[in-house]
Amino acid sequence: MAIAVALALVLIVIGSVAFHLLSPWWLTPIASNWRYIDDTIVLTFWITGAGFIIVILFMAFCLFRFRHKEGRQAAYEPENRGVEIWLAMVTAMGVVALLAPGLLVWSQFITVPKDAAEVEVVGQQWQWSFRLPGRDGKLGVSDTKFVDSDNPLGLNPDDPNGRDDVVIVGADLHLPLGKPVKVLLRSIDVVHDFYVPEFRAKMDSVPGLVSYFWFIPTRAGTFESLCAAFCGVGHPQMRANVVVESEDGFQEWLRKQHTFAQSSPQTTKAAARR
Amino acid sequence: MVDLGSVEAIPPAETADVELYHPKSWLTKYVFCQDAKVIAIQYSVTALAIGFVALVLSWLMRLQLAFPGSFAFITPSSYYQFITMHGMIMVIYLLTALFLGGFGNYLIPLMLGARDMVFPYVNMLSYWIYLLAVLVLIATFFTPGGPTGAGWTLYPPQAILEGTPGQDWGIILMLISLILFIIGFTMGGLNYVVTVLQGRTRGMTLMRMPLTIWGIFTAAIMALLAFPALLVGAIMMLFDRLLGTSFFMPAIVQAGEHLKYGGGSPILFQHLFWFFGHPEVYIVALPAFGIVSDLISTHARKNIFGYRMMVWAILAIAILSFVVWGHHMYISGMNPPFGFFFATSTLIIAVPTAIKVYNWVLTLWRGDIHFTVPMLFALGFIVTFVNGGITGLFLGNVIVDVPLSATMFVVAHFHMVMGVAPILVVFGAIYHWYPKITGRMMNETLGRIHFWITFLGAYAIFFPMHYLGFMGAPRRYYEMGETAFMPASAMTLNIFITIAALIVGAVQLAFAFNLIWSLFKGREAGGNPWRATTLEWQTPQTPPGHGNWGKELPVVYRWAYDYSAPGADGGFLPQNQPPAAPASRAAA
Amino acid sequence: MSIMFVFLGVIGTIAAWWLSRQRLASKPWLEVGAIDDAGASSLPAAKIGLGVFLAVVGALFALFFSAYVMRMHMVETNLADWKAPPLPGLLWLNTGVLILSSGALQWARGAARHREMEALKAGLIAGGVLSLAFLAGQLLAWRNLVDAGYFLASNPANAFFYLITGVHGLHVLGGLAALGATLAKAWDGVAFDQMRLSVELCAIYWHFLLLVWLVFFGLLLLTDPIRSESGLIAAICRVF
Repeated sequence: MAIAVALALVLIVIGSVAFHLLSPWWLTPIASNWRYIDDTIVLTFWITGAGFIIVILFMAFCLFRFRHKEGRQAAYEPENRGVEIWLAMVTAMGVVALLAPGLLVWSQFITVPKDAAEVEVVGQQWQWSFRLPGRDGKLGVSDTKFVDSDNPLGLNPDDPNGRDDVVIVGADLHLPLGKPVKVLLRSIDVVHDFYVPEFRAKMDSVPGLVSYFWFIPTRAGTFESLCAAFCGVGHPQMRANVVVESEDGFQEWLRKQHTFAQSSPQTTKAAARR
Repeated sequence: MVDLGSVEAIPPAETADVELYHPKSWLTKYVFCQDAKVIAIQYSVTALAIGFVALVLSWLMRLQLAFPGSFAFITPSSYYQFITMHGMIMVIYLLTALFLGGFGNYLIPLMLGARDMVFPYVNMLSYWIYLLAVLVLIATFFTPGGPTGAGWTLYPPQAILEGTPGQDWGIILMLISLILFIIGFTMGGLNYVVTVLQGRTRGMTLMRMPLTIWGIFTAAIMALLAFPALLVGAIMMLFDRLLGTSFFMPAIVQAGEHLKYGGGSPILFQHLFWFFGHPEVYIVALPAFGIVSDLISTHARKNIFGYRMMVWAILAIAILSFVVWGHHMYISGMNPPFGFFFATSTLIIAVPTAIKVYNWVLTLWRGDIHFTVPMLFALGFIVTFVNGGITGLFLGNVIVDVPLSATMFVVAHFHMVMGVAPILVVFGAIYHWYPKITGRMMNETLGRIHFWITFLGAYAIFFPMHYLGFMGAPRRYYEMGETAFMPASAMTLNIFITIAALIVGAVQLAFAFNLIWSLFKGREAGGNPWRATTLEWQTPQTPPGHGNWGKELPVVYRWAYDYSAPGADGGFLPQNQPPAAPASRAAA
Repeated sequence: MSIMFVFLGVIGTIAAWWLSRQRLASKPWLEVGAIDDAGASSLPAAKIGLGVFLAVVGALFALFFSAYVMRMHMVETNLADWKAPPLPGLLWLNTGVLILSSGALQWARGAARHREMEALKAGLIAGGVLSLAFLAGQLLAWRNLVDAGYFLASNPANAFFYLITGVHGLHVLGGLAALGATLAKAWDGVAFDQMRLSVELCAIYWHFLLLVWLVFFGLLLLTDPIRSESGLIAAICRVF
């Protein structure tokens, strides 16, 4: 039995490492600037993986070496401060090695560059809608109380900044390649989470507040966005596409979109009359 | 060694017979019983039974994930109801109830040399309220709309809105059941804590307590302080659902309709939930840590390595676990700078936890390892706990959590660390203490089959699952559908995981069979089959009689780990064995 | 969560003080032999049990207060719509009544110690009647608010007020059940030695529920919309 258990542990270690090296399943090819996140994951993998291998192999060795045999007597060793302190120090160093880069990248993650273009993503059961600022470069203010069939994102009709906002409901979002984007997240019903695996960044969109994250799309292409916060039975169907393309292509696409004033004529006209 | 006084001078502490509860009829002896040992068995059987329901639910959800659309009775709604009930039952109604209500009730009085818990009547009420909570939970399956499908975290607003299954009766009864559970647990928890404080027999100082008791004691204190957060959340959500208040409900437009809610904060619920939820992880883990320490020490015939450090680590983990809850909320939209604080506190907790792992492994070093069934499960625990622990270092480090959170990586992580690992300890503990509880050994061959399939199978389920998460597969999807970012081979992996899960599930039937079969046909165990030092193995009767100790309470003369100790002649010294006479000691 | 952390700090201090007397740094494997003092307290188990129970109730209220304050200060979002109801003046009177009931039970405790049965009974009855008066006063305050149009569901501030006062009322009712049992014992002529503990437990319970009420009342005063908001509290609360 001792040999079987020790062998099983060794095989678990070998099997886990082999699975990791051979499996076709790994992070999707990255399409944003967050390569540092991937690097931190890989670093974490190395440090913790080494710990796992050492601990399990040492354990397997102990099980084999100190298995019960006739006449074996266990040692009596209540503690060994030297060993314990040394192990604690090594662990603490490992933790620092994980934490320091992690916090550094986090501080980048929450510091949005000043030139980032704002894009609003609005979640509702069960679809994504988007809003881009119009020619003035500013998003108009919004509130859930303004939501109606003519104004699905709840823009404040009295805010002139919102008139030229581009409102996209039930269609793809386009983004220019290589430009930083600040994604502002809102929800008009329950908690959702705008998640594109290739961008690595994601954040919950919570009704009642505006959350955000930022990234730079670094690879042209069409990427699928999912919802990563359980939001009811339609949760898996809540998808949209994000198309990353050159600046020219993006501008051409943007010109074809309707502004708030165009797409919600009743709401904006009523406000203009007031 | 320090001699702490002569032996004869110390009369044993004694509880007067009149103060002890005596059952008067069959009903008060087996049903409304106030004896902690009976209550422990009632708790354990109920928890295991409801746990079996949760196991079946996991089969159904795995079938759906591997073969989406193949089973007509698994609709999207029922899938979400299955995962919600599976999670809720496993975390709260099985693990919490079993470790504290089951093992706590059985082991605290016996390991401490007490006759019973200090408040037996309240202890009995605790079980019956727990049973009521379980029945209310079961009742949700039969109400219109079925049980809630809000996910075990019950996040508002969706938990109480249409669009989530079970929003009429399911969620209401779920919250009521949780409130009942917390009330019942508080009654039990009072007993566990006060019995450890006041019920220890003569000579049983805190530092002579087995680590099992340290783990259960600390977990009970944590639970008493953490469950109120869930209670507050549940009461407030119940108000929102029934009375139309808006504690957690902001202005909402659903299906084009403005709901009457407004002004509440969903994130407030998340704070309350995780202020309970994170300590809850350690409420389950600390008793498991304690039990596994004792299993390893007993079956390796060696003292637990670094006992003091183990105690301090338990205390450090308990304190730290109250300041890490935010790591469940890195991407919740809470104030981003909190990430720095919570990532730091979370990774610091890895140090005392790692020390515990090292000390378990170092206990094996130069031991005399007997590969009994309880020992196999304890060893399996170390492997799965180390594996699940290190993936915690991924998720605790805020930036790494950003891509991995809400994916199957998280599911794999917490199943490994607080699903499989504690369950392996539960099994190990049952194989270990079954002879004391029933007087008979469990069948060893069946036990080994149970171990190998459960351990290797569970590893085969959850290790590959991490890689689905790396790819980006989100959790709580009843089907992935067409996606560009995942290769088709991911479905093969899902099928593999499901087959492993069905096999592991099936072998639990062998365990259930073993439990019942051994009750009648198991080998006679004798009083102390594992040659263990702790007090529960030194009772005059096996199974222990009412009042546990016969006429006189035991007196404790030494710590709980005198295996292969000097003077033990290669054997072991029970805690209640007096030191050798001074003359022979001087000679030695 | 700031209030919860203050509470946990108090609990932690008590735990640390207790643990510091348990020789956690000793080496138990070296200490073979009998130890007469296993570290148990000389207090009766029931008293310690009550202490633990009150710690749980304390955690419950601390979390309610934390939730109240957290929600109040979620102003960075567009939730800046906190409209606390006006504080009914009646609460001052209720507070006074509750203080008196707590005092009455303290008096009963003294009577039990001095073995004066009549005084003990009088103290218990006075404490019970005053507590009922407090509850009646609270209900009246609710009615006044409802009459003035401040309904439970009209906004979160109202909901918090009704919820927390309601839970506190339940806490008082639970105490009244225990007080009733103690009174029944006094009438049955149970011996003083057994009575003394019950009365003491009641008194401790009442002091605790008074303390909870005073904290909540203080919180209400500090956040009363009519007065200007206290800068200090606001600053502390914003930490978490």
